[in-house]
Amino acid sequence: MAETITAEDPLTGEEIEIPADVEVGEIVDSPATGAELEVVSVDPVTLEEAPELEEDWGE
Amino acid sequence: MKVGLLYSRIRRDEKLLLSELRERGHEIEKIDVRKEQFNISEPPASLDGVDIVVDRCLATSRSIYTTQFLDAYDVPVVNSAHTADVCADKVKNSLALERAGVPTPNTEVAFTTDSALETIEKFGYPCVLKPVIGSWGRLMAKVDSRSAAEAILEHKATLGHYEHKVFYVQEFVEKPGRDIRVLAVDGEPIAAMTRSSDHWLTNAAKGGEVEAFDLDDRARELVAAASDAVGGGLLGVDLMETGEDYTVHEVNHTVEFKALNDAVDVDVPAQVVDWIENKVATETEASV
Repeated sequence: MAETITAEDPLTGEEIEIPADVEVGEIVDSPATGAELEVVSVDPVTLEEAPELEEDWGE
Repeated sequence: MKVGLLYSRIRRDEKLLLSELRERGHEIEKIDVRKEQFNISEPPASLDGVDIVVDRCLATSRSIYTTQFLDAYDVPVVNSAHTADVCADKVKNSLALERAGVPTPNTEVAFTTDSALETIEKFGYPCVLKPVIGSWGRLMAKVDSRSAAEAILEHKATLGHYEHKVFYVQEFVEKPGRDIRVLAVDGEPIAAMTRSSDHWLTNAAKGGEVEAFDLDDRARELVAAASDAVGGGLLGVDLMETGEDYTVHEVNHTVEFKALNDAVDVDVPAQVVDWIENKVATETEASV
């Protein structure tokens, strides 16, 4: 099991566990709502609701 | 070397690349494209001292424009603005492959629903309607009948964006339930996998099952030719087996490789970083 840390889920206000090695720009899933959360800062980790999929996204 | 990583979202693909670069001691400047401004003459401060920029923008529009700015600033970028421009647009992609003599599915473009319907009737059923921009198999339609064609065309015409009124119609290729994704650097394959599904769309993003694939000489030849056709770079070349030969339906320029890395024994990010290192070394020599 990879190391985890906790951060506040901006949608529910609850503390959630996320991988300890996250970095800015990474997306984690909210365990409560399944919503995508973006890591906007580390040390301490701050999460925001990630932008929705746009039409021209992809490889 | 100092590598600028242009991004708006760090997927597992970017994380793999970042880890490999960091392990090798390279300096990294993560550039969040959402926070930057690109002036026509003055590069943003985030580009100071970078030897190369790796464009990992998730949005095609950002990729197309930022690579053009990087060209203007004389900052080396993978992939190049030319490659991004050709690969981002299915029409340009198809034209480039056809021009280079690479087998590619027969394709026609029409600009009205009536003329698109004529093309569809000419191609016969099933055939395929694709958006000219976009990926992950989104908004692709396999058209099985005239009534379905009429409905899809009507819906597309009302979607709003002018790009949906560029009707890209392609012959349906009977593939053996799978297609082949090859990750290549300047035409040299790093690794390949098949993507299988009972669904006609076999994209890994659509949940297709992936498995390592050994390329034969013909496939290698086509990958090299397809890469040249779009200007080279770090590319995902998609092929389908047609029985006796292959057909190349698409070349992708901001290629995802996490599924490939899981499917094959090759260390994909290590090979990609090898190629980036060589590219910087060659450009440095050339400028001395």
